Order: sequence, then C-alpha cells, then structure tokens
Amino acid sequence: MTLLSNRRQAMAIGAGTIVATIIGPSIAFAANDSDDLIKKFTGGKTAAEGRVKLDLPEIAENGNTVPMTVMVESPMTEQSYVAAVLVIADGNPRGGVATFHFSPASGVAEANTRIRLATTQNIIAVAKMNDGSFFTASKQVKVTIGGCGG
Amino acid sequence: MISRRDFVQLAAATAAVLPGGWSRALAQQRLTQAELLRFNAVGNVTLVHVSDIHGQLLPVLFREPSINLGVGDAKGQVPHLTGRALLDLYKIPEGSAAAHALSSENFAALAKSYGRIGGLDRIATIVKAIRAERGDRVVMLDGGDTWQNSYTALHSKGQDMVDCMALLKPDAMTGHWEFTLGEARVKEIVEKLGFPFLAQNIRDTEWNEPAFKPSTIIERGGVKVGIIGQALPYTAIANPRWMIPNWSFGIREDDLRKQVELVRKDGAQLVVLLSHNGFDVDRKLAGRVPGIDVILTAHTHDALPDVVKVGKTLLVASGSHGKFVSRLDLDVRDGEVKNHRFKLIPVFADAIAPDAEMAAKIRAVRAPHEKMLGETVGRTETLLYRRGNFNGTLDDVICDALLAERDAEIALSPGFRWGNSLLPGQDITREDIYNATAITYPASYRMTMTGARLKEVLEDVADNLFNPDPYYQQGGDMVRIGGASYTIDVSKPAGGRISDLTSRTSGKPLEPNKDYVVAGWASVNEGTEGPPIWDVVMNHIQKKRVVAPTEAGHVRVVGT
Amino acid sequence: MAEAVKPRIKLDKKQAKKGDLVEVKALVSHIMESGQRRDSAGNTIPRKILSKFTCTVNGKEVFSADFEPAVSANPYIQFKFRAQESGPVILTWVDDDGSKIVGQDSITVT
Repeated sequence: MTLLSNRRQAMAIGAGTIVATIIGPSIAFAANDSDDLIKKFTGGKTAAEGRVKLDLPEIAENGNTVPMTVMVESPMTEQSYVAAVLVIADGNPRGGVATFHFSPASGVAEANTRIRLATTQNIIAVAKMNDGSFFTASKQVKVTIGGCGG
Repeated sequence: MISRRDFVQLAAATAAVLPGGWSRALAQQRLTQAELLRFNAVGNVTLVHVSDIHGQLLPVLFREPSINLGVGDAKGQVPHLTGRALLDLYKIPEGSAAAHALSSENFAALAKSYGRIGGLDRIATIVKAIRAERGDRVVMLDGGDTWQNSYTALHSKGQDMVDCMALLKPDAMTGHWEFTLGEARVKEIVEKLGFPFLAQNIRDTEWNEPAFKPSTIIERGGVKVGIIGQALPYTAIANPRWMIPNWSFGIREDDLRKQVELVRKDGAQLVVLLSHNGFDVDRKLAGRVPGIDVILTAHTHDALPDVVKVGKTLLVASGSHGKFVSRLDLDVRDGEVKNHRFKLIPVFADAIAPDAEMAAKIRAVRAPHEKMLGETVGRTETLLYRRGNFNGTLDDVICDALLAERDAEIALSPGFRWGNSLLPGQDITREDIYNATAITYPASYRMTMTGARLKEVLEDVADNLFNPDPYYQQGGDMVRIGGASYTIDVSKPAGGRISDLTSRTSGKPLEPNKDYVVAGWASVNEGTEGPPIWDVVMNHIQKKRVVAPTEAGHVRVVGT
Repeated sequence: MAEAVKPRIKLDKKQAKKGDLVEVKALVSHIMESGQRRDSAGNTIPRKILSKFTCTVNGKEVFSADFEPAVSANPYIQFKFRAQESGPVILTWVDDDGSKIVGQDSITVT
C-alpha cells in the first residue's frame, strides 16, 4: 500500500490548495491594496450603491478562471455615459483585476472576462460616469473545495 | 404473527383531515392501489414529476433523515422539519403508512410492516394510470439524478436507466449525476434520448454559449406549457470537473429571468421550472425570479406531502429513490393558475401492481448481473442508513472499512444523500454495497493530512451546508468522518463552526501541525489512485461477517 | 513570438443596422504570468501579461481595457459596440514587453 502525499493527491480534498495552485509558492505581499486602488480611481469621492451590476457565480468552479460580467445602467449618449469601470478583488494578493473604458460608441457599458480568485472574497466594481460621479456594487464569490455534494 | 397486509388493514385511522390527497388512503391504512392513486382531478394540465431515482430500478428501503437542519431563513421551515415535527405539521398519525414513507420514526419496525417503496415498474403503473385518466393533459417530467448510483447503471454507463425511463415517455429531464458519465457519454445519450434534456444554466467554458437546450414549449390540454431546465448549479464543484471540462454551470439567475420572459413571449401560458437546484435555492429563487408558476424541486431529496407556496409560485418536492410520484393538477386559464390540487403518491411496492412491460425490461437489464449482485457478503445486526446531515450508520461501516483496509488513522466519506437502508438482521449483498458506492470515480485514496488541514476540510464542507444564504450552499450532506469526533456549531460563520476535533483512538485532540494518515473516496481530482471503494467495503464486511454500528454518535451538533 | 499568436474573434453579427448593438467575443493564448510565483529554485518568475486591450471599429476606439495579473491565462474578453459605420474591427492586445497581438474582423452597417 503506497502512501500518497504528493500535492496532486492532497488537492483531492484540500481547501486551501486552490490558493497554492493560482498564486504558486507564495511571496510575501503587502496587504491587499484594494482600498488604495479605489481611492485613486475615485479621487476620494464616495461611490453610491446602484446602477452597477456584477454577475459572478456564487461559488467558483475553478479559482483560476472565474467568469465575471459587469454592467452599468446608462443611456450611453454624449450627454450621459459610463467612462470607466474599475474591478477589484479584495482577497487576492493584489486588489487590481481590470479597468474597462467605455464611450458613447460602446453603446452599452458591459464587459465580461475571466479572473483569478485566490480565496473566498468580494469582487467590487466602481463605475465612473462622465459627470464625475461614481457608482459601485460588490459580490462575494466562494472559492471552495470540491466533492461531497450529491 | 400477522402478515404485512393484515397489519396494513388492521392499523387504525386516527387523523381526520390531511393536506394534499393523502387523507383517507393513508390515514385509514387502506393501502390499495386504487386508494393510493385516488385523486379528485382538477383543471386542464397534470404535471407528473419523479426525481433523484439514483439508478434504483427496484423497490427500496430508504430511511428519510432524522437530522436535516435548516439555517438562515430556512430554520424551522420545511423541508428542515424531520420525524415527529414533520408528521405533526402535516397531521400525519404516527405509525401510519404516510409516516413511514416520510419520516425516520420507528423506521425498522414500520419497514417490516409496510414493505419496500418504489420500483420503476410500480412507477410505470402509476404514470400509465394517470395518463389513462387525464389523456393529453399530462406532462411527465424527470428532475434528474436518474442515470447513476447502482451497479447496473454504472456498468451500462446509464443505459439501463435510459432504456427503462424511456418507457415512461418523459417530456423532458434535467440532470446532475448524469454528468459524472463524462461529456462524451452525456452527449451520446442526449442525442438519442427522444425528449429534450434541458439546462438553461450550462454554458461552454470557451465561448460562454448555451451548451444545452434551455427550454421547450409543449401543448397539453389546450395549454401551452413552457418548461425550463435547471441542472445542479454546483455540478462542476460537487463532482469531478475534469469529466466535463468544457461546461460551466451556476445558478445564472439573470439568464433564467430572460428565459422565463422568452417562453412567455413565445406563448407559454404556464411556466414550469424543472429544477435540480435543491429546495432552499429554489425557495429563494422563487421569491426573486417572477413569472414561474411551478418549480419542480430536486437534489436535496425532500419529500413533502403538500406544495409550498412562495408568492404565486408552487414548489413541489418529490423525494428520492423512486419512493414517490408527484401529481399536480392545474387549472390554467388566462395565462395563470386559477386552482391546483396536489398529491405526493407513495409508491408502496406491495400495494401497487408492477407494470408488465417495465418489469420485463428491468428483468432483462438485470439478468446478466443478478446472481453476482445477490451474493451475500455479510450481515448487519443494526439498522444501516446514510441520509442525514451527519454520519449515518452506513457511513460508519464505510469509514470503518477505510480505516481497516487502508490502514489509516482518519477516514473521510462523502455526504451523498443517496444510498439505501438495511434492516437489523438483514444480509448485506454485493448489490447493497454498490447501491451506496457506485460512482464513476470510486478510487479510495490514502494520504497524509495535518490536523489543521482536516479542520479546514470540515469547515469548508460545513459552509457548503450551513451557509445562511442558500445560493452559497452546495447541497450535499456533511462529509462523514471515521477515527475522529468533532463538535459543530451550525450558527457560526464560515471557518468557526468546527471544534473539539479529537482522535477516537487516542482520545486526544488532533494536533494542527501533526500529519495523520487519511483514507477516503470520491475525490473530485483527476488521477486519484486506490482500489474502488466497493472492494474496500466488501473485503471489510467479508472479514467481519457481521457489522453492528450503533447510532452514529461522534458528531456533536450545537447552535441549532 | 507574441506576433505569431492568432486571436480568435466572434462577432454575433456580420451585418448590422446603424445603431444596433454588436457583441464581440475574443480569446487569445497567453500565459498571463502574474509575477507572484516562484520557480523551483525560489526565484520570482517575472511578470508577463497582456496589460492593455483596445478595440477600434473603422479606426475609432469603441472599447478598451487594462488587465492586471488577476486576469486568467488565455484571456477572454466580451463586450459590445454600437454599429455606426462599416469597416474593419481591429482588436489589439499589448504585452508587458511591448509586443502586440492583433486580430481583425469586419462589420457591414446598412
């Protein structure tokens, strides 16, 4: 009977292994810089709840590639449009995920990409409107071990 | 000694009025086919729903849970009432046939009186009878978890179930365990199914496009019925993702909203969600997604004798293992349900005559394996069952087998909600073991884990069960443990529920940094090595000859 | 060579009426090395990601994005634009090393 203790086997039922898979052997990081990134983006202005919608799975199937859609309600006209959307992950080693830039030519402020999530955490989107106002939304995504369901 | 039938006739009626259509038949104990099927029809559409049969062609013994805790808004609500509390709520007399079908109360004794429940041949009789009565008003739907978890289903890669279910002529199905057959096999079956396999919530991982037909509209009784499928949202987490790498699941509430609008726009006057979300997820969803008339729930194996209403939406819970057939009559006029009548029909195998065509099909698919499956490997002196939030006695037998056969200090066994029960004194056959273990990823691994890591695993699985938001639950029961005991506080947040993790051999707490040899099975990782779990369990029982696990007592539950 | 990488692009329509929304989906092969991992010798593996994405239609920018290391390997991007005029739809990814990956499709606006 062999004793299996390699990483691959350990992943079979291990929770935190997903972290190791994504980030690899870890490097000492400064604390997640989400707050600073948001402050920089908003210039310190408060972002109001609403208008922004984040679509992510409640539980990630694969922390290495989590589908993420962000949508912002806006007429997207020259008079009123979404200029940019900052997406932040507050539990990754670094908070930054992506910034999407829109214009009236975009027609709609909507983008979808796939992201890395090291652990259960909140994804935060902050939208900057052309009038200088900001809106925000967040959603928790659980990064879990598999198995045992059924 | 009185015979089973005599007992059924003798038992006295005590309750007067019961919900649904259960009243007279089951309260008065007249367990006849006519009484079980008796239904005062209403309206122009009849939905017939079966779900979570888990490969069980034959009638079964299946003890419903004694512990099935609800958290958050679901605390103290159905389906989280068990035993006496459930019977009291629905005014079902103790010791009655209904009580036996729906609860764990006095299970072993009542099982001897009322016999086995289920069997696809009996289900066929019921479905045919409803069709004979209701003609073109009938919609027959299969909620999934149909094609796996018996020996013949595993051996035939689901073909036995596909062939037998075809005789019921379903109008649609959705799935979960079906996906453990792998992408190629699922596609192969779905192409030839003859009715749609619906899942609005599966997309391909490359281009984010629908991987299955999301919905269908059929006309029944002059009513256009829109049926939307919802596969288990957590299939790629709860089961091996490597078997279905190109499919991504999820609840996809927004997509569902659009799908409801779409079928309404296409003329559906009645919208039915054929769901494998699990009851609590469906209850939350019913309050958030408008326009669904009926949700046929599944996955969490709840059997409820009446519908649960959330706003205008009716939720049906049809149980598992073929124990029940749900019949929901609807009066649909002007695009809405004006009236409804429901009956959860218990499939008492001694009362309902087997359908000859289905019985012959079942015999044919089982014939090559019947002798092997019937071989006795040992005997149990106590009641063996799995279902419930924490270790059942059957899990203790599996964990003991892993500890002994794999020479481990700790055993872990998945919290599957399926697996039949065995009565005290009953022989354990090969088939009984397969009915608790037959999966496509059966390797029993052996590895080391630190005490800290074991706690982490328990915490993580506990959150999949006891997260107060059902959308973050995953639907299985708690992972079973052997060789150790623990305390769980279900009211605490994630990461803080598990304490007192203690070795049962030494009586000492598990040390966070010490390595322990752990054996387990059903790893969702590709390349897991080890003998199949059924061999491990059979070898163990054959050596012991007799097993006698007592009430599983090494999990202490607080905060309920 | 990043230049050799051929992105895969899907437009939900090739012909659109002026003002219609056109959905673009694109996939490109790239390791998206985060700069947060170490190799077996313990040395930090240098960051190498596609950090900038731009889409132009008939020469006018309709959408762009800045990517951080948290964007998955083989990055996927999906967005929409409002059809105004016919012309080439050009998608450009810029690597940390300055190299570019360019893909092209086209839209006819009637």
